[in-house]
Amino acid sequence: MATAKRSSNAGTGIAARFDARRLLGNNLTWSVVALVILIALCTIFDPSHEFLSLHWNKNTGGLSGPLITMLQESARYLMIATGMTLVISTAGIDLSVGSVMAVSGAAAMQLLTSGMNVWAAILISLLIGLLLGCINGALVSILGLQPFITTLIMMLAGRGIAKVITSGENTDASRVAGSEPLRWLANGFVFGLPVNFLLALLIVILVGLLCRKTAMGMMIESVGINPEASRMTGIKPKKILFMVYAISGLLAAVAGLFATASVMRVDVSKTGQDLEMYAILAVVIGGTSLLGGKFSLAGSALGAIVIAMIRKTIITLGIDSAATPAFFALVVIVICVMQAPKIHNLGAEMKRRRALKAQAKAVAA
Amino acid sequence: MTDNQPIVVMKGITIEFPGVKALDGVDLTLYPGEVHALMGENGAGKSTMIKALTGVYKINAGTILVEGRPQTFNGTLDAQNAGIATVYQEVNLCTNLSIGENVMLGHEVRGPLGINWKKTHEEARKYLAQMGLDHLDSHAPLSSISIAMQQLVAIARAMVIDAKVLILDEPTSSLDANEVQDLFKIMRKVRDSGVAILFVSHFLDQIYEITDRLTILRNGKFIKEVMTRDTPRDELIGMMIGKSAAELSQIGAKKERRAAKTGEKPIVSVKGLGKKGDINPADLDIYSGEVVGFAGLLGSGRTELGRLLYGADKPDSGTYELNGKQVAIGDPYTALKNKIAYSTENRRDEGIIGDLTVRENILIALQATRGMFKPIPKKEADEIVDKYMKELNVRPADPNKLIKNLSGGNQQKVLIARWLATHPELLILDEPTRGIDIGAKAEIQQVVLDLAAEGMGVVFISSELEEVVRLSDDIEVMKDRHKIAEIDNDDTVSQQTIVETIANTNVNGKEA
Repeated sequence: MATAKRSSNAGTGIAARFDARRLLGNNLTWSVVALVILIALCTIFDPSHEFLSLHWNKNTGGLSGPLITMLQESARYLMIATGMTLVISTAGIDLSVGSVMAVSGAAAMQLLTSGMNVWAAILISLLIGLLLGCINGALVSILGLQPFITTLIMMLAGRGIAKVITSGENTDASRVAGSEPLRWLANGFVFGLPVNFLLALLIVILVGLLCRKTAMGMMIESVGINPEASRMTGIKPKKILFMVYAISGLLAAVAGLFATASVMRVDVSKTGQDLEMYAILAVVIGGTSLLGGKFSLAGSALGAIVIAMIRKTIITLGIDSAATPAFFALVVIVICVMQAPKIHNLGAEMKRRRALKAQAKAVAA
Repeated sequence: MTDNQPIVVMKGITIEFPGVKALDGVDLTLYPGEVHALMGENGAGKSTMIKALTGVYKINAGTILVEGRPQTFNGTLDAQNAGIATVYQEVNLCTNLSIGENVMLGHEVRGPLGINWKKTHEEARKYLAQMGLDHLDSHAPLSSISIAMQQLVAIARAMVIDAKVLILDEPTSSLDANEVQDLFKIMRKVRDSGVAILFVSHFLDQIYEITDRLTILRNGKFIKEVMTRDTPRDELIGMMIGKSAAELSQIGAKKERRAAKTGEKPIVSVKGLGKKGDINPADLDIYSGEVVGFAGLLGSGRTELGRLLYGADKPDSGTYELNGKQVAIGDPYTALKNKIAYSTENRRDEGIIGDLTVRENILIALQATRGMFKPIPKKEADEIVDKYMKELNVRPADPNKLIKNLSGGNQQKVLIARWLATHPELLILDEPTRGIDIGAKAEIQQVVLDLAAEGMGVVFISSELEEVVRLSDDIEVMKDRHKIAEIDNDDTVSQQTIVETIANTNVNGKEA
């Protein structure tokens, strides 16, 4: 009886250790840990000591507080990180998402000031993003150009297109009548939470369902892992490549609307600037390899929120603007290091080395 | 030989991959001046054992002693520094450097002004001469000599780094008989200089010709260490596969001839199908229930014709009739839609999708024919995966394992399952038995016969004439990118018939 009890205890001990190991090996774990630590940092060092405070704002009909603004900002990252995940899964990259954001934002603001109906303006700017994505897709898939070069060119061209659309102005649509629906998308609240965050979350879930409930996800991964073998199974890799860049363009356009509609103004040189880097970082934090293959949309989504939280931390802690890139890099590096399998095996490795040393001594003696 | 001290003692080597024990307490002892073979089926753990010894994989348990000292290999460099050199199946030299530079890479002779190239090449020639390779020009680029010669250069290189152990993993798989003899000559020289050679080959004749001792593995476990000369072949095979050799010999008999096909319509009938630079226009009829063998040397066009039939390459001439209807097969998708499937000879680059699971690898072609947005219902998918994994005896029997972690033979079975899941009427198998062990080979040969018996048309492409003769109803003989003959395979036909056909038949009016 006693022995039976002991052995069952040992069993659960092993199971628990095994689970802990798996938990440590999971990329999501470290994103969550990073979020908690950053929030803790902000809570402790925030000069006003109100980081975690949430107030009901009667004017907006939603909650307000530092965390809420963080979620509002994360919406745009969620969008571009989702598109970027699919592109990276095919072993590609989309450097143009920031510029596409500027183009769609510029289009929306310009169309609104020209008096167009707000829904038509939204639709057209989304279509423009989709079109730019399709151009990337066509160049990469049909012509077989390298994704890095193709989207780098689109990144440069996109800024130019945005400036052409607004004639070089930073178009301001904040006084245009009838633009409330767009404003609401970026600044409104539903169930007390920001509309843009909920909408972004909904889109991530829809893309996730599309990938995993159909064969789309598997085929994207397959093309990323081995395009020639995929072709031999009857998959059309060109179609898949075209599709992911098109999706990335469309989602970048959504991000562009979120970014510009929050202030109802486009800054043709600043809107979406550097955001392609944030998107790539979010994907990497989420555990999708830049070499292509298996992807995790949940991981990328969490990564996007971590990125938004890092930016919020920088503002809250009042980190000197000169030091912000360094702080950003530091946090991302720490997360990546903690995710590395080698770090997780460190304990076992040390043990083995000690054993070997002891053995060597024994042999020598 | 066994009275001196061993160079390498591996004891209780255990290597675990997520979910599998690839090696479970395996021992291996190598003595100086011997050729030692690792024997076992695919998946027995031979490659894993080699990777443990060369520092590619870290061992989870066990010890490695090199000349009596315990070693931890954290990478291939550690193993190399300990005196363990490897010559891989795919030669890992720099083809754009000269032969001499390759031999001396990292050990160039240095003078006051950097590398003294003249002396370096002299030194290289010295090592090459030791191997009996003095006819090679050390200044010629490595790419100018055959793969077989490159392998010998790689061995010379191993001597430069003063290796104590030389590992030859399947060095003979792409060599012809003369080249194998050249290799063996050099292996004997290296052995006599006191180096321990660890040799892996699927060819039993070669094992008996060159090796002194054998270590036999099965399913990641150590079975036995024996002297080659004291071990009869059937006993060896029995130990490798864990059952008597008699069971295997059943399919050794020549296939029973299929009944006459007069009056039937062929499944596939092509006329003048060809592609410039790949294969000259050829005619071919394939009937239901028939195995058509493509025989010919490497580069004869046998693979190219198979690829054209599947649309993997686009033909630029000829007509293609499928069950009497004219079709244009220009890509794999169209071929699969028309119930034609092709299993590639290039398993790693064009076959498996390494980071996907066995299950996904089986389902992916069927899924592609149905379309991305019509997922195969889970129940149907489970049934398909379960059925084919059982029928083809895929091991391990876990569909959620990544296919890259399976052995070559089992990867091949998964690929065949993938094509069978699309229910083809014509299945083209390009070298389905290459590089896999005797057990899996027999299983796959049996599958070919069973499929034909069920009414499928099978194209069987293989470089082993023995297999082609044994399994085929008709044999298409290929030479220099031409189909040169079609042999009705009856009892009078043997390997010799085909060899003679290749030797004596003209292509394009040229005397052969």
